[in-house]
Amino acid sequence: MGALGPLLTIARKDFLLELRNRDILVSLVVFAMLVLIIFNFAIELTAVNLDALGPGILWVAIAFAGVIGLNRTFVLEKDHDALDGLMLAPVSRDTIFLGKALGSMGFILLSELVIFPVFAALFGVDILRLETLAVALLASLGLAAAGTVFGAMAVSTRSREIMLPVLFLPVISPVLIGAVEATARVASGASWSAVSQWLQIIAVFDLVFVVAGVLLFQYVLED
Amino acid sequence: MRAFPARTIWLALTAGLMGLTLWLIFIWVPTESNLGEVQRALYFHVPVAILALGAIVLVAIGSVGFLITNRPRWDWFAHASAETGVVVGALALITGSIWARPIWNVWWTWDAKLTTTLILWFIFIGYLMLRAYAPPGRQGARLAAILGVIGAIDAPIIYYAADLWRTAHPGRVTGPGADGSLESEMLLTLLVSSIAVFSAFAYMLVERYRVRKSEADVIELGRRIQMAHSEVSGPATGALKAMSKG
Amino acid sequence: MTVPGSGQAVVSAAGLQKSFGRVHVLNDLDLEIQPGESVGMLGPNGAGKTTLLRVLATLSKLDSGSVAVNGHDLIRAPEEARRTTGVVMHAPMLYQDLTARENLEFHAGMYRIADGARRIRDAAGVLGVADRLDDRVRNLSHGLQKRVALARALLHRPRLLLLDEPDAGLDQSSLAVLVSVLAAQRADGGSTLLVTHNLERSIEMCDRILMLAGGRVVADARTVDVDLPGLRASYTRLTGGA
Repeated sequence: MGALGPLLTIARKDFLLELRNRDILVSLVVFAMLVLIIFNFAIELTAVNLDALGPGILWVAIAFAGVIGLNRTFVLEKDHDALDGLMLAPVSRDTIFLGKALGSMGFILLSELVIFPVFAALFGVDILRLETLAVALLASLGLAAAGTVFGAMAVSTRSREIMLPVLFLPVISPVLIGAVEATARVASGASWSAVSQWLQIIAVFDLVFVVAGVLLFQYVLED
Repeated sequence: MRAFPARTIWLALTAGLMGLTLWLIFIWVPTESNLGEVQRALYFHVPVAILALGAIVLVAIGSVGFLITNRPRWDWFAHASAETGVVVGALALITGSIWARPIWNVWWTWDAKLTTTLILWFIFIGYLMLRAYAPPGRQGARLAAILGVIGAIDAPIIYYAADLWRTAHPGRVTGPGADGSLESEMLLTLLVSSIAVFSAFAYMLVERYRVRKSEADVIELGRRIQMAHSEVSGPATGALKAMSKG
Repeated sequence: MTVPGSGQAVVSAAGLQKSFGRVHVLNDLDLEIQPGESVGMLGPNGAGKTTLLRVLATLSKLDSGSVAVNGHDLIRAPEEARRTTGVVMHAPMLYQDLTARENLEFHAGMYRIADGARRIRDAAGVLGVADRLDDRVRNLSHGLQKRVALARALLHRPRLLLLDEPDAGLDQSSLAVLVSVLAAQRADGGSTLLVTHNLERSIEMCDRILMLAGGRVVADARTVDVDLPGLRASYTRLTGGA
């Protein structure tokens, strides 16, 4: 246990809250589905370009839905100043960061559990393979780590609905590039080495942003 | 006879250098044989592109300094660097496009350097938006500083990803780089234009920094007046007397 | 205002400065609170009372100055300071969609309290919310939410209680609970710093009264040396009332 106790307590609290109001998962999944459907009409998909375009559509949907979900988690924290209560706990700010990031990663992964099969069925792209799990795990960690820092930042600004995507999307571009390319290679049945090259980018991003979050989160929270 | 302030002399020198640079670029230097007239954009593009990347390093230095010391002057420096960075970043993107049009036959190409510059430019824009929307004072400065640090550490990852992506999609246009040796006249022109552009950048940076400092001075003056006022009207002694019995 | 023979100060603050943009909320503020002291803070709106509490609770960061709570410097050892401090601010700081018990269990987990279930039961008993523990906080009245917030603040047995207008909007029974909590805190040798706008209550509940104005302590007296009319006169003068 050790330092893990409060960290898991925070993540468990987020899941308990989610069980009550289902705010985050519902908005994540519904929004992602809508993006998938809209893209289906916006882009003429053919058997030729499907493997190339499909993964891009999938990850755009997840990134946009992620913005909405991450916004929600911090709106819930700000409600009746619950976040202040969390900050009063005798743990360091990086524990709060890791706990919130862990919870958000869980939500993103859970939503992907729904979005991936639906995408595979709607678009007929064969992504339901074991390699996809590696892509999903790494990409979700990166999105959650960066999203937790920016979500906490955006929530203390005016017009946070704008600030979160403006800050979040350019910064996570390496994750998007890596996830799209890796998924495309998984779908086309490429070798593991062709996939892992892209996973490395995401892994580097994850490492950098987990460390950055641990170091910087203390400055995000204090007013 | 009052001596000119150093800043005025600096501004005049920079303006003179700029004039000289324009003369060198458009009249003196010979046309590059392979690329033609458009290659002249390079003399401007190279220094602003270097500064656009340099600015994000400056923002990061100021940001780290502010987060560690909590001293506002580091924040003024970071903020001024970001503002100037947006300007040179925009210039780098525009001159890059002017360069790309005849050479690569497109206004834009998703080359790794251009892509990274574009994404970093959006992070700069996010930085300035954050300053506008964040709460005033040190909290806003702290939030901006976090983004300043993140932008700098993200830059190499973005470049790495964009570069790998570029090589994975060789079907798109890639053109001849500016490889090949520059002749001595071209080198001299590039040197002079770089000095002129760097000097102009530094001048803007210093001016923005001074504006930030003046704003802070005004606020500090307000605080002193507020304190002096409360001492004159002195509720302190009155309240104490009134509060105690007898 | 030091009590002779007492140990280490519970709060020891010097030269506190804090501004939000152009507004200077704390202006070179000094403060010492001794163990066992119950201190009431009065002052006009914008005097810096809430900000001072937030600084002592490590929710707000100082621009300059130094503070230690129970001997822990807030910059070097904020976690240790938080461990010895209980805080109730204006907002209940509770998750509205969790039950009162789940909120308290969450905080017991964050404080790593071993006998959490028993302490929650005890605190709920003292605060009279035992029969509402399994209601969602959203469905509790203002007064009951305040009591749960107090229970959360007391769960880890803090040496220092920071309360921002704990009496605001409370009915008689909730007030009685508050008074008994404050008495128990004093009996245990703990200290309290609370903000109130009710002058009678400040005399009743506290043994020392501070007045804040313009981000500084402008008056500081023991309650035994103060009478209500004198207090009212100086308070009215500070708040600019007629």
